[in-house]
Amino acid sequence: MLHTFVALVEDKPGVLTRVASLFRRLNINIVSLTVGHSEKTGVSRMTIVSDASPTAGHRIMASLYKLENVLQVDDVGQAACVSRELALIKVAATPKTRSHIFELAEVFRARIVDLAPESLMIEITGVESKIEGLIQVLNESDDRILEISRTGRMVMRRGQHTSRVLDAMRVPSGESESEPIAEDDEAEITEEADLPQ
Amino acid sequence: MSEAKFAGTRLTGAEILWATLEGEGVREVFGYPGGAILPAYDALRKFPIRHILVRHEQGAVHMADGYARASGKVGVAVATSGPGATNMVTGIATAMMDSIPLLCVTGQVSSKVLGTDAFQEIDITGITLPVTKHNYLVTRAEDIAPVIREALLVARSGRPGPVLVDITKDAQQGSATYDFAASAPEPYRPHPMLRAEEDSVLKAAELIRSAKRPVILAGHGMIQSGARKQVLALAERLQIPVASTLLGLGGFPASHPLSLGMMGMHGEAWVNQAIQQSDLLIACGMRFDDRVTGSLATYAIYAKKIHIEIDPAEINKNVKVDVALIGDLAEVLETLLPHLAPREGESAWMREVNAMKGECSVRDIQNLPDTGHLYAAHVMNDLWHATHGKAIVVTDVGQHQMWEAQYYKHEDPRTLITSGGLGTMGFALPAAIGAKVACPEKEVWVIAGDGGFQMTAAELSTIAQENLDINIAVVNNGYLGMVRQWQEFFYEKNYESSPILSPDYVKLADAHGIPGVAVRTRGEVLPAVKAARERKGPFLINFLVEKEDSVYPMIAAGSALHEMIRRPGHNPLIETAQDV
Repeated sequence: MLHTFVALVEDKPGVLTRVASLFRRLNINIVSLTVGHSEKTGVSRMTIVSDASPTAGHRIMASLYKLENVLQVDDVGQAACVSRELALIKVAATPKTRSHIFELAEVFRARIVDLAPESLMIEITGVESKIEGLIQVLNESDDRILEISRTGRMVMRRGQHTSRVLDAMRVPSGESESEPIAEDDEAEITEEADLPQ
Repeated sequence: MSEAKFAGTRLTGAEILWATLEGEGVREVFGYPGGAILPAYDALRKFPIRHILVRHEQGAVHMADGYARASGKVGVAVATSGPGATNMVTGIATAMMDSIPLLCVTGQVSSKVLGTDAFQEIDITGITLPVTKHNYLVTRAEDIAPVIREALLVARSGRPGPVLVDITKDAQQGSATYDFAASAPEPYRPHPMLRAEEDSVLKAAELIRSAKRPVILAGHGMIQSGARKQVLALAERLQIPVASTLLGLGGFPASHPLSLGMMGMHGEAWVNQAIQQSDLLIACGMRFDDRVTGSLATYAIYAKKIHIEIDPAEINKNVKVDVALIGDLAEVLETLLPHLAPREGESAWMREVNAMKGECSVRDIQNLPDTGHLYAAHVMNDLWHATHGKAIVVTDVGQHQMWEAQYYKHEDPRTLITSGGLGTMGFALPAAIGAKVACPEKEVWVIAGDGGFQMTAAELSTIAQENLDINIAVVNNGYLGMVRQWQEFFYEKNYESSPILSPDYVKLADAHGIPGVAVRTRGEVLPAVKAARERKGPFLINFLVEKEDSVYPMIAAGSALHEMIRRPGHNPLIETAQDV
């Protein structure tokens, strides 16, 4: 099954290798891994999706913590969270064949971000199933996909705002917990219910 | 002290390295110089640190390892870049598998040429990534003091392990303002999953109270944590028998009536039987290694399991447990013990275990008539008697290692030094050097097979140069004994590449100015041991033992713990030794 971990790590050379090497050593495949800055200077946030046995979560998390550069790990498995992925898809299209792709993009709430005489580029954000849905529809309508670039999953728990970074670094945040935010407006409804699969 | 002497002054990186080590209390290092570490060696004479020149960098790490195991302090090894650093890898992996706190310092080519395949450049932080607890590349003089201090803290904190610090030549040659106090690391961040929650403690106490056939499994963690007092209290309060892992031997006194001895692949039959029949295993600082459990599907199926362990990643790794108490063993037991009321008198379970013991240990090895054959078991038994079980014994890997574990009864922690997890042949001789340097007042014995001894025999020269009072017992059967045993049992006696020629070890010792003697019969064992013990300085005994003897009992890899291969009846040697 897929496990999703959010790890806050020190922003130093070699830290990515250490994390990646851990999965290699456990013979676990990394499905996707995204890294970027967090809300705190010097701390990076990784979202790691890996395919491992259902019971492997504890061991992966415990092993991640054994890396000196790892500050905090969260196994977001069943937790309520917002999950997103960004994809850029380049599709072969001439002025004559463009219009139905525009329609598809509209349905999927994707955007056309580049237009060339023989191709166009779609930007789409959403859960993986939505992106895969668009790719599938493009394939089924005989549009030739030239390139796909996907960021991999990034997730954030819903509600209860406390800076996990500050928490990890043992800095009292001084903020009270905010009210749980109302359902993320369009997100889940659009993606899970409305869309053609 | 140099931290005061030099504080606030401008020093070279090399000087900062030694000043920091001195400030951290390091007085002995094991190493081998070379181009990229020469600036450090050039500065060494200004500091009160003893340097033991080794013959191979693998030896330097094993020595630091033996030093750490004997003393409980962090062992320090030094080498140059390239081949010096790669030679350390086996030693580092050995320490990693057995959770030994080490600091390995390597020289590196100048930062300006890093990544250019310069002469003797190697990516040692990359190579050692999976076999170190953590490692560092230092390219600036001002980073040396804080990194060394942090590295030592990481090495000895939590579950200990080896740490490598790779320092470029220009960092050693550069200068910086040295301030020991200001270089202090942040307090060690404990593993966030460390917890022995109140309800888990209560649940464990309830399981212990209601158990009818409990067994304590004492591992290396008992020694690392210094938890002898607490484990003794737990065992004695409820009359629970204690089985040890190989690395746990010495943690619990062998002569204690509740001590069972070693469990696992070559554990005594009654120990494994007791585990298989147990209804509660209390694992204390051990990790259910495959050499301890045999087949997992059939391992202690009637037993609930309590796992007390400092590394959360070990919980449910091999064996699913009912209660996990994560933390330092001594601390966890301190919170657990108040919940347990003492139980008086020998339990029915203990009587049952003792009955199994009597059934298995047929006769005493001491009472066997001298048939003219010399068995390794005789050697271990006699050595145990002669040294009253008080020597530090450093063993290599193979049959002799198992015989030592079976027949030498260790009373004290840190008196058996052996490579358990990685099973590194060639470990004994250099590790013994480290142990002797750490504990000069203690009697130190090397026990090595003829195979492993030849792997690192060059360190005899180190012993001679340092004139260390180390007694060396080579258990010489002309084979790679454990390989031969497996070939006998599982490969139809196809002794491919297991017979091994040895030099005349007595002559080899003599060539190093070390006296020695060959022993061929039982009667010669004790006089030879006496001669070795009486001599101040190194001494070697070449024990020419029975060639095709095997270690019994044995659990074939993957078999259940109670399915033991027993010594065939016609063999005159008994299977187990009973204390005399």
